[in-house]
This record gives sequence, structure tokens and C-alpha cells, in this order.
Amino acid sequence: MKRRNFLKACLIGGTTVALGKTNKGWASGSFEGYPEAMGVLVDTTRCVGCRSCEAACNKEQSLPEPDTSFDDKSVFEEPRRPTAKAYTVVNEYEKKSPGGPVYRKMQCNHCNEPACLTSCFVNAYTKTKEGAVIYNSKVCVGCRNCMIACPFNVPGYDYDSVTNPVIKKCILCYDTRLKVGKPPACVEICPQEALTFGHRADLIKLAHERIRANPDRYYDHVYGEKEVGGTSWLYLSRTEFDKIGFDTTLNNEPIISNVKDFLGMVPMVLSIWPALFSGIHLLSKHDTQQEHGHDTESTQEDR
Amino acid sequence: MKKMIQHGLAVVDSPYTESGEKRSVMNKLLLGLTPSQYLLQAFRNPFNWILAAIFAVGLPILIGRFFFGLSWATSGSCDYPWGLFLGFGLFAMVPLSSSGFQLGTACEIFGRHDLEPIERLALLNGLLGYFFAVVYLLVDLGQPWRLPYPMVVSFGPAAVLFLVAWHVATYLSVQVLEVSTSFFEWIGFPAGKQAVRRITLGLTVSGIILSTLHQGALGALFTYAPGKVHPLWYSSSFQWLHFFVSSLPGGLCMVITVSTIAAKTMTWRRDGRFQQSLDRITISLAKGACMGLATYITIKLIAIAHDNKWSYIDSGWGQWFLLEIILGFMLPLVLMTYGVHTRKMPVVRMGAFMTVFGVVLNRVNTAIITFNWKLPEREIPPWREVVISLTIFAIYIVVYRFILYRLPILYKWKMQEEVVPATEAVRAPAPGRRETNQVPVASYSGMTKLD
Repeated sequence: MKRRNFLKACLIGGTTVALGKTNKGWASGSFEGYPEAMGVLVDTTRCVGCRSCEAACNKEQSLPEPDTSFDDKSVFEEPRRPTAKAYTVVNEYEKKSPGGPVYRKMQCNHCNEPACLTSCFVNAYTKTKEGAVIYNSKVCVGCRNCMIACPFNVPGYDYDSVTNPVIKKCILCYDTRLKVGKPPACVEICPQEALTFGHRADLIKLAHERIRANPDRYYDHVYGEKEVGGTSWLYLSRTEFDKIGFDTTLNNEPIISNVKDFLGMVPMVLSIWPALFSGIHLLSKHDTQQEHGHDTESTQEDR
Repeated sequence: MKKMIQHGLAVVDSPYTESGEKRSVMNKLLLGLTPSQYLLQAFRNPFNWILAAIFAVGLPILIGRFFFGLSWATSGSCDYPWGLFLGFGLFAMVPLSSSGFQLGTACEIFGRHDLEPIERLALLNGLLGYFFAVVYLLVDLGQPWRLPYPMVVSFGPAAVLFLVAWHVATYLSVQVLEVSTSFFEWIGFPAGKQAVRRITLGLTVSGIILSTLHQGALGALFTYAPGKVHPLWYSSSFQWLHFFVSSLPGGLCMVITVSTIAAKTMTWRRDGRFQQSLDRITISLAKGACMGLATYITIKLIAIAHDNKWSYIDSGWGQWFLLEIILGFMLPLVLMTYGVHTRKMPVVRMGAFMTVFGVVLNRVNTAIITFNWKLPEREIPPWREVVISLTIFAIYIVVYRFILYRLPILYKWKMQEEVVPATEAVRAPAPGRRETNQVPVASYSGMTKLD
């Protein structure tokens, strides 16, 4: 019994040290995105809330018909979020501001180090070298942990489907367009040129140039440049970002760095516990060997 | 049942009837009654009528969930992807099931043989709690038939949930083995029992490892959502410790709760050993739970101080937080400490009930009530979700009772009769360490679970 436990401890310890290393490798937290990653810069000062991007997305991704047409402006009364039926939505903010309302397009931001990807226990998500965060719905179990993890509340779940409900979200038109170098459908359709498609690195420069050239027009921050480790979608705004529905309390660290404390502890428990507890057991046995309880069978098996 | 025993019915506690005949499995299943007697006692029990009412409404809805989909049965909310099934079913059932590994450790590792009369109840409580947490999970998953995917099809080893899935699966099998000894006794398969007894130490140690990790991992799941859980329920460095440490008193108090209920409602089933030692054992468990509670309250406050979150106390959420920690953790600590010192059992048990309530409230708060605290609207689970959760809990109670009525959990299976006519050799290779050396240990009772 003793020997077996020691062997077991060694074995488990060994495997986990290896496993722990892979965990750390995954969770490095310093990954700054693929150099060739593409992205989209959203200039909310140019957006007029025409919702043509929503319509283009619906068509490109063959999503179900919306409840009301894409010309219907009454949807702006309540803020909406992306769902399984609409991968992108435009919301209206600052309704009573003297400068007029601000419209903000919302979709998956395609993080450099996506929380959804790191939280998925079947590894359904992939960050492609083009920058898109795509997913394999064939392995999705439906635990919806990615929806919990996403700091932007993006992934939607197909609750209506009985036999094949899966996670659904914007994939930057990866299958149909991005792969062959074309911009996503929403960017192509935008009549205001509020959306600019390009290499993420170039877009960051472009964004800062716009702020420098027009300091009165822009609030001096590019949302998505650093938030949760950086995102492929970047935003410019006239006002502070929290006024137009952005979460400005997010850290610059990717979400996974929060989880590292726990992941780092796993190999320790796996290797120390067996040795510690079987050791304690043997110690406590030694003390009590002289004594026998109510049943008088031999104690051979443990020696 | 009580009435029937008054009328001369013998309780099934050995492989033989009073007249010396070997009991058939059917006879054991029917508790030694004839089918009509069995139905009669079942109908007489008013609790069964309550259960029947719950099932009459609940079972069709539960089945409906698989035919009409999640949006029919639950809120189907994208902002609250985890509703009652996980928030209550998984996150609250698992900490209340930590009893298995704790009592296993106390009895098998630390040699606390004085706790043995309750060890099997604690193991069973652990097994059933986990099993039904998985049942809740299966109801909640979009595609439950894909549950084995993280084990065989596609691996996401960087995910905390991957660890939870593997550990819960492994630990469930460990617990099935641990509880199987009572089943082998009952069914009359001593070889199986001995085989399991031989690997008890290994099972117990793996139980500690797996429990530490996945009790903590359930907490670590929320570190993926640092902005969504209210700061008073969230701490990036302490989250997994909070979940793990609060599960310790949670599990112990659940055993006190269940043993209290069982002792009250199943007087015919418990044997003298269980009955006589129950108060003494309850005191030991309560001592352990007090240590756990004190540690939990301390690290909870340290975590608030660590991130300097005191200002949140002065808000509606803060009052709700104070209610949880005072009613669910501080008051029970006071009650149990007082009860242990003055040997006032009702006070100890009251404290244990409140701890169970506190742990459940804490998990529901973290997963549902305070989740998305920044969003303007709170999610209220729709009635079908509530009914399904209740129904699964009722099934849990029925299964729990079914097993307690039959397997030697609250009583000792009498093997003597079997040994005399059968071979002596069956008894010779020691049924286990557990029965062998009864050690009178009293001094370190409170420390066993925490050190």
C-alpha cells in the first residue's frame, strides 16, 4: 500500500508538472496578437445609425429574419446586445446631448487573447492568424462558460434549438471573406466609412493620427488598443467611453491572467497532497499500532 | 414502517431472515415486506404524497425540457447563461458534498475511528450530492450527450472547466467505489468489498486531491468574469480559497443536517451504535465546522481588506452581503461554539442548518443574484426553471431515502450468521483497517480537516 502510494504520487506529480507547464504556456498573458492580424477601426463620430451593417451581417451569415425590418429606428429605445440571431447590433447613446446622439456598433471584438477561448473546455475556439476568433460548433457541449467569461457580453446561445444548440457570434466573416482577404460584410456596406478594415497595427496608428489631427472631435483614447490584452476591433469616440456603453473598468491584462493564480496552484496540490496525506496516515498508524479496536482482525494489509 | 415493526416485523439487517432462510434480493428491496405491505406503508407516509404532487407537475416539465429546448424551460438569457440549474444545482450541491472526502480523511488517514458510525453517511452524502450536481448539469447543458467530449473528443486543458469536468468525473467514480462497500455487504458479495477495502487509502487520498482542486476550481470559474461578479463576492487571489474553505463547513454541516433528519424520520433504520454515538459525533463535526467557518470568515474579510473594498459595504449589495455572512456564517459559528461548549444539541444543529443555508446562499449569490451587478435588470428565473430544479431536488431526496432504507449506512450489516455456515476463510483476510483498530482520540478533533 505504501509503495503503491509513493509510486502514484510520483506519477501524478510528474504528469502535472508537465501539464502545469502547458497551462503556463497557454496562459502567458504577454501575447500581443499575430503580427499579420487584421482588424476594424470603428469611428463612432461618423456612424449615423443606419443599421445597414446589421442587415449586411444578417444576409452574409444567413441569419433568421429579424422581428422588425432593419429600417426600424424604434429598436434604439432599449440598448440591445448581440445574440444568436444577430451577431452585430447598433445602439444609440447620448440621446439628449447637444451634439446629437452617438451610435455604437457592437459585435465580437476578436480579442488578442480571448477569454472565451481560454475558458472553453473542449477547445472549440481558435484565434486565427488573420485575427478572427472562430469556433467549432461541432464540439460545443453547451456549457456557456464562454458567455460567462466574455468581458464584452458577446457570445449568444441558440436556446431555441432543441437538438443542436450551439454558441453563435461574429466570426469576422472568416469563412466567406476574411480567409480570401476580403473585408467583412459590415465594413464593405457602411455608407459613412465609419468602419475601416486593415492590419491591426496600422489601424492603431491611423486612430491616433485622427485624434492628433482633430483633438476637438475625439476623446483621447483608442478603446481596444490595450483593453483585456488588446482587441482586433478598435473604437474612437467623441465622449468618454463609459457614456456610450463601454466597460471602462476592464484591465489591460487579458482575462486569463486572473485565473492564473488558481492554475498555478494545481500542480502543487497534485504533487504535495498524496505524499503529505499518505505520510500523515503512516505516522498516525505508527502511534496506534499497539491498540486494537472492537473488531480483532489482523492489520497485515497495511504493513 | 414504525407500526409494522410494532406488529412484529423484523428489520432487514442481515442476509438471513429470523427463521434462518437466506433473503432474496427482492425481499431486501422490499425491506422484508410483502409487495402489498410495502405499498401500504408507502401510501401511509404523508411525505410521499407531497413528493407525488411535485413529480406529477415536475416530471412532465423536466421531460418537456428535452423536447422543447432550453428556451422553453429556462429564461434563455444571454446575459445570465447560468441559471438555477447551475447556480443552485451545481454550485450549491457540490460544496455540501465535501463531507465524503472530509470524513474519509478523518477516518482513514487520521485514524479517527470514533467517527466511523457516520462515515458511510458522509460518503453517501458526497456521492449523491455530486451525482445530482451532474444531473442538474445534464439538464442545463445545451447538448448533454456531448458531455464526454472534453474527455475523449476535444481537449481544452487551459480551461478551469476542463479540470472541473475531469475531477468531478474521476471523483464520482472514486465515490462510487467508496460507497460500494455497503452495497457489496447488502447484496452479499464479500470479495468485492475486500477488493475495495484494499485500495481505500488510495481512494481516500485521491478524494482529497480531487476535492481540493475542484471545490476550488468552481470558485476559479468566476475569475473568468472579474467585472461581472460583485466585488464583495469576488477576489482574484482568494476566489478559489473562498469556495474551497466554505465547502468544508458546508459539507460537515450537511452531514449534521442529514443525520438529524434521518435520526428523526428513520428511527427504525438506525441501529444502537448510530443512535448512541450521534450526539458525540455531531459535536466533533461541529467543532470541525467551526474551524472551517472561522477560517472562512477571516479570509473573506482579508480579501475585502486586500482589495480595499470596504466602501461597497455601504450599499444595497453591501447589506445583502452582510446578511449572508452574518446569518449564514458568523451566527452559526457563535451558535455552534456555544452549543459545543454547553453540549446543547439543538443549538449545534440549528447552527449547522444555518451554515448549510449560508453556503447555498453564497453560491447562489455569486452565480446568479449578484452576477452582472452592473446591468440594470436582474434576472428572475421563470416558473418552469424553478419547477425543474425542485423536481430534481425531490428525486435526490427519494434516491437518498431509498438507499438509506436499504444499504447498511445507518446500521451495521450483521455478517456473523453468514460466516458460521459459510467458510471461515472469507473473514480471515481482514475486511479493513477501519474496523480493526479503534483508537480513542479526542484531542485534535477540530484540526483534522484544516491542517
